[in-house]
Amino acid sequence: MAERIDGVRKLFTSKSARVDTNRGDLYYQQLFDTCRARLDALREQPAVNRLDFDSLLTDEGQDRREFMKWVSAVTAMLMLPPMFTPLVAEAAELMNRLPVVWLELQDCAGNSEALLRSDGPKIDEIVLDIISLEFHESLMAPSGHQAEKQLEDAMEHFKGNYLLFVEGSIPVGAGRDWCTIGASGETFLDHLNRVAENAAAVVAVGACATFGGIPAAAPNPTGAVGVMDVVKGKPVINIPACPANPANMVGVVLHYALTGQVPELDSLLRPKFAFGYRIHDNCERRAHFDAGEYVEEWGDEGAKNNFCLYKMGCKGPMTFNNCSIVRYNEGVNWPIGVGRGCIGCSEPDFWDKYAYERPMANANIKAPTGGVEKTVDQFGLGLLTAAGIGIGIHAVASAVAGKREEGGEG
Amino acid sequence: MSKRHIVVDPITRIEGHLRIEAVIDENNTIVDAYSSSTMFRGIETILQGRDPRDCGLLAMRICGVCTGTHYQRSIEAVEDAFDITIPKNARIVRNLIQGALYVHDHLVHFYHLHALDFVDVVSALSADPAKTAEEARKWAGVAGVSPYTDGESEFKAIQERVAKFVKQGRLGIFGNGYWGNKHYKLTPEQNLIGVAHYLQALDIQRDLAKMQAIFGGKNPHPQSIVVGGVTCVQDIQNPARIALFKQLLSDGTKFVKQAYLPDVYMAGTMYADEATDSKATFTELIGGKGVGGTGGGLLNYMSYGDFRLDDTGFYKAQTLFPSGIVYGGDLSKVEAVDHEKIAEDVTHSWYEGSEPLHPYNGQTIPKYTGLDKRDDGIAYLKTGEKYSWIKTPIYNDTRVEVGPLARMIVGVASKDERITKYVTNFLKRGNLPVSVLFSTVGRTAGRAIETELMADVMMEWVDELAANAAAGDLRTWTEFDFDKVSVKTKGMGLAEAPRGSLGHWVRVEDGKVANYQAVVPSTWNAGPRDYKGRMGAYEASLIGTKVADPEQPLEIIRTIHSFDPCIACAVHVVDTKGKSLGVYKLDSQCSI
Repeated sequence: MAERIDGVRKLFTSKSARVDTNRGDLYYQQLFDTCRARLDALREQPAVNRLDFDSLLTDEGQDRREFMKWVSAVTAMLMLPPMFTPLVAEAAELMNRLPVVWLELQDCAGNSEALLRSDGPKIDEIVLDIISLEFHESLMAPSGHQAEKQLEDAMEHFKGNYLLFVEGSIPVGAGRDWCTIGASGETFLDHLNRVAENAAAVVAVGACATFGGIPAAAPNPTGAVGVMDVVKGKPVINIPACPANPANMVGVVLHYALTGQVPELDSLLRPKFAFGYRIHDNCERRAHFDAGEYVEEWGDEGAKNNFCLYKMGCKGPMTFNNCSIVRYNEGVNWPIGVGRGCIGCSEPDFWDKYAYERPMANANIKAPTGGVEKTVDQFGLGLLTAAGIGIGIHAVASAVAGKREEGGEG
Repeated sequence: MSKRHIVVDPITRIEGHLRIEAVIDENNTIVDAYSSSTMFRGIETILQGRDPRDCGLLAMRICGVCTGTHYQRSIEAVEDAFDITIPKNARIVRNLIQGALYVHDHLVHFYHLHALDFVDVVSALSADPAKTAEEARKWAGVAGVSPYTDGESEFKAIQERVAKFVKQGRLGIFGNGYWGNKHYKLTPEQNLIGVAHYLQALDIQRDLAKMQAIFGGKNPHPQSIVVGGVTCVQDIQNPARIALFKQLLSDGTKFVKQAYLPDVYMAGTMYADEATDSKATFTELIGGKGVGGTGGGLLNYMSYGDFRLDDTGFYKAQTLFPSGIVYGGDLSKVEAVDHEKIAEDVTHSWYEGSEPLHPYNGQTIPKYTGLDKRDDGIAYLKTGEKYSWIKTPIYNDTRVEVGPLARMIVGVASKDERITKYVTNFLKRGNLPVSVLFSTVGRTAGRAIETELMADVMMEWVDELAANAAAGDLRTWTEFDFDKVSVKTKGMGLAEAPRGSLGHWVRVEDGKVANYQAVVPSTWNAGPRDYKGRMGAYEASLIGTKVADPEQPLEIIRTIHSFDPCIACAVHVVDTKGKSLGVYKLDSQCSI
């Protein structure tokens, strides 16, 4: 046990969770060459939809400049230096070589809805032009056996090459047989394993698919778990949050197109580019935290002046996610912007540990600054360690994903 | 008499996991139907023992589509229990968050979850763009507006874009649809209009969702509602926020009036015959007098009422949608809703229990009895026993339908001036009889009428909010002493979700949730048989429908989609011939 804790401690520091953005010219030159080779190889592959991206941009009356603006932003989001911008643009053009199958299990469709809100690229482009979305229950035309056939076809046609997105948790306990899909009454567990078998990688989107989410909240009536607890022998990428930010979904696909590899992941299999910083690190209200200015009651003077929400239960200091940078709905707003505070939805077990409107007991976060960071990190570490059994499983999954990484960004 | 058993699972383009089993006779007419949800999560159980102030965030995750609705109802149930009346700003903000959802959700439903039941994508490729533009002007004219998509070149560009996609051979999510089915009744030009608006609506809905994010923080799953009020005081006092909201609403309204409504007129007119075909109604089959047509179903409609228009508190304020019940499609009478008469039955649901219970006393104890797996590889519902995770809500010992159509019907029967005006105007412009409402098409029309009404009324509300803030009222929260009010109490959040009447019931003891029950719209509509063997709205609505091709469950999914199911999609026609779903004889109902 002590070994495991040490292992976690080694993995999980605010520094190691981040993408190291200062690796020297040689590293980036090598990565650049790897990406270049990958894109050339990808270009050789037949497109799922043989569309000419340039003419699409023209057809749609879209400005190439607008597109490049988006590409620059995504390059930055992926924590790559500007020299990668043209490559990212190329990767976006070649994304249609990547077929995507999307499964819904114990879900609320919130992540599907989030995907619909994607602004870069926009959802109509995703569906028609960019990604080859082969199966998605909430959007696809056929039902019943025609829908099942559509899935079979995609699995056969793109064997070993499709990205499998999974939304929703999987019951493996008492409720294992309670959730079925299809005419044959296949359980969610069997369904996932069958479709995952021939996937290139599995992307778990949202709190439920990553760490079990709400169905796994105490007392977890169905024995729900996340994808990484079920799928073995495949790279698993977790994009947690409730719902996952569509920018991060697109980021993962784009990264895969660019490098042919799973992005660098943290100990919870989350891409470091998106989950390398705490909400707190980039929060717009951080100055008020440091100054000791807090909202003390909903709607008080502090609230009217955007003071820090820590005392109202904000879990930003314990939560790793990029929402304070990316925000939601094309940057229109985000939970802390709206004066509510973070509920920690990208962390495991947050429904039982974080999602309440009071500060955490013993959190010991003091303001103003001075040793605060350390205290907070140690606290986060303690929680992760408490997650216990999960860590062992993550470690196995990480090893698999890690292997794929070696050839890429290693 | 030989009958065929059709299994549709998964039913796609819905939220959640739903299975329909239907029995068709030798004329391909549906004579029996069963609706089942095949997913269980246990959120009611998970809520037990929690702090009531945190319930809203968890309860919201019941659904990511009607996102925010469960949140509000849950928070309101706790506020009702604590006897809290929220400030004016909070009331209007909540109405705006919820109203934004109505417009957004209805639009997404019509175009992305339902339109492909009416619109044949492949047929659109053979349309003449010039004639399409003419056709678009015609239907916009019916709605009294200019068309949203105007001109030959615009339609031509869209057609080419789709043609390129189709010609590549792989159709992605459009693959394997029921294209060419003879129950698609639109012309190629009309189909092209539908496809064009399908694509444009993908764009519009992103903007409409931003309205919810302005006061809710994000969409899906907003985060600004707390017991006692809302947290978004900064956004209320920011004129730029108000202006952005109005801009987005105004752009969305343009699409609703110039695309959505004309398209519903177009589809409604083309499908009017079946919408008024009284031979295809459930009531006709059971010997009653049918007042509607295909997909009509139960014809009992209920609304709890919603959108408080003043600050007198829960269940006292005047509401935009009145509450009431209309029986048998009789618009001359409306009965008041008495929540004491609501009960949930689990005779045919996978739960323990022996009698219908009021939600305050409701239980959620799973008792799964499985499916009947047969040699043909198909697992059938054990319809004589328990066959769904959905409970069976009963009102005053009758089965009722809920949803936008129910709200419009209850509104008209209640002689609500505003609703009557919108409904009458719709029928008059479209030259459609009242009876068209009691059908699958009517359900779709009811939703469109409501969307326009909601878009219009929200503009008034946002001005009211801005004026209130400008006058110096920035109160967003009502103080309460949690320790005092949470000792022993109970409350309910009874209002409307986009899909219909939604209730959350909470009992609180010693600051914790002692019991929590939610009765959701799709429970009312999708619930299985009750203890008397009576059908639910989904089941009843399918009876009498003629299926053009049993291999392609187009008519089944069209009617089921018209309810905008919020379960998890799965209608699966397991046809006997091609796919091992054999034709077999039924001696009695219980042999299914």
